Amino acid sequence: MGARATGDFSKNILDVRIDLSKKGDPRKSFDQAMGELVKRDPRVFLLTADMGTVVPTFRRDHKDRVLNFGIAEQNMIGAAAGLALCGKIPFVTTMACFISMRACEQVRTDVAYPCLNVKFFGFGCGVTYGNLASTHHATEDIGIMRSIPHMTVVCPAGPVETYKAVLAAAEYPGPVFIRAGRGDESVIYDSDYPFQIGKAIALRDGKDVAVFAIGITVSRALAAAEELEKEGIRCRVVNMHTLKPLDRKMVIAAATGVKGVITVEDHNIYGGLGSAVAEVLAEEKLGPLKRIGIPDLFCTIGTPDQILEKHQVSVAEIKRAARRFCKGLERRKTEKSSPVKGKGKKGRS
Amino acid sequence: MAEVDQQLIADLEKKANHFRKVMVKMMAKAGSGHLGPALSSADLMTALFFHILRIDPRKPDDPRRDRFILSAGHKCGILYVCLAEKGYFSQEWLDSFLEYDKTLGGHPDMRKIPGVEASTGSLGHGLSIGVGMALAGKYDRLEYRVFVLLGDGELNEGSNWEAAMSAYHYKLDNLIAIVDRNRFQVDGPTEEIMTLDPIADKWRGFGWETAEIDGHNMAEIVKTLSNVPITAGKPTAVVAHTTKGKGVSFMENQVSWHYRAPTPEEAAKALEELEARERKEGR
Repeated sequence: MGARATGDFSKNILDVRIDLSKKGDPRKSFDQAMGELVKRDPRVFLLTADMGTVVPTFRRDHKDRVLNFGIAEQNMIGAAAGLALCGKIPFVTTMACFISMRACEQVRTDVAYPCLNVKFFGFGCGVTYGNLASTHHATEDIGIMRSIPHMTVVCPAGPVETYKAVLAAAEYPGPVFIRAGRGDESVIYDSDYPFQIGKAIALRDGKDVAVFAIGITVSRALAAAEELEKEGIRCRVVNMHTLKPLDRKMVIAAATGVKGVITVEDHNIYGGLGSAVAEVLAEEKLGPLKRIGIPDLFCTIGTPDQILEKHQVSVAEIKRAARRFCKGLERRKTEKSSPVKGKGKKGRS
Repeated sequence: MAEVDQQLIADLEKKANHFRKVMVKMMAKAGSGHLGPALSSADLMTALFFHILRIDPRKPDDPRRDRFILSAGHKCGILYVCLAEKGYFSQEWLDSFLEYDKTLGGHPDMRKIPGVEASTGSLGHGLSIGVGMALAGKYDRLEYRVFVLLGDGELNEGSNWEAAMSAYHYKLDNLIAIVDRNRFQVDGPTEEIMTLDPIADKWRGFGWETAEIDGHNMAEIVKTLSNVPITAGKPTAVVAHTTKGKGVSFMENQVSWHYRAPTPEEAAKALEELEARERKEGR
């Protein structure tokens, strides 16, 4: 497991069956993974702030390993630090917005500053709490968590990977923030595969465009690549499940030799996947880059799909961006004009 | 409650006075520091580190050791002096207090300083960390106690009361909060900035057992802290009434000394006062 990314991108492709039709809830994966972990390690505890309903099985079977702090995230995370200082491995769970914002200082100062072994499972990331409105959306969490020293940030794609990420976090030293969704998500992985924190997964090869995605946007990137293939545009798709430490080698390998790079995320366009990839591309003189994500605003209400669609975090937008990269280059060659700008419709073939 | 040993009290008083002198010199040399708050908690800290806490600098990782958390991390001057005296690190370290790239910063860093159990400084964090440590002690059936020293102004932070609620809920009688009630915070008297009284009632309201003591009466401090928890099954809050800047007449109850170092002249005058007090106590 864990061969390093190589310069030849095609050699990085993971041998795994992909199925976007099967669905599952990543919170259920967390419940199952915790049940497995507690059997392996008596130091494991589950801490929650009145959100124990997301771990019904664990709560039933391991009552003595659950500490509920009520609706008091700051105290919960401070206490997690205290437990870790006494040798326990606390897994803290509540909504991603409350871990990353309500108790941000406890995460940073109590846990990350002394580099304690506390794991955070923040669910309901992005706009997966759609119609509960912006108070419950988490579209800043990656930016916040990524800028905290010692913090590892993981956004698994689908329930299978969520299960693997929780188990991997237990083995990974220091604080880890797992950013997960809620509700039905594409399972994606239809056969077993190795998962390693810090090692991105190349899911598909193609010589024209590189698409980097995280969490629920991975299935969109794969669907877009499938459709683009029929048009003759071939995309590389990389699941950048670990946002920190970022797999720079994979970014470089995937972004080398293509006409353009696209990032797709359910996060503010500032501070998330697009920013992280842009940092590497700029330093390595690679690109051009199109970032697809939530513009710098508070989202409207709706289903997660409706909200993402509204802000063009969609299959259609990935396709438009890919076409523009391919077309733009052709035009430059023939007409010596600047790349096509403006609405995607104009450039649609 | 057994009567406390008079010799012990005299020794602790002498030590506390000596620590005040060390702090005056240390902060005069550094040209900065939270001297007033360190002076107000000097007697409490001396009692804790030299009589109450079951700790051994030779076994800093002993799982059975008592834990001490200085939630009001800015009072670290007195913590550093106590830890050095205990032997956690060399007295020489005190000479580089606040110096560039040295170990003893203006708020304690547990990863750098031996004997420091938690990195504190942002107010309202220590009690929650203490709750976690006390919970772990209960799970592991270890007898250790967790002492958390809080500033009074610090109690403005709501997170303290989240922690207080959970300590009662989980019956953490191994957790003891000590409030250094010196009645001053950065902007002035606590009751002018944000009313705290009646403090003990607040803790009682959250289900804690409470004691109110004179935080400069060594016999009372020792007696109270030797008899915790007050009630089995309940956390204990000790409200210690103190004087900010205690021990140096021109610093006492002067909010300007919350964060200020003495000039060489002021330091000399302060040391003179503390030495006079030492001679008086020595008789």
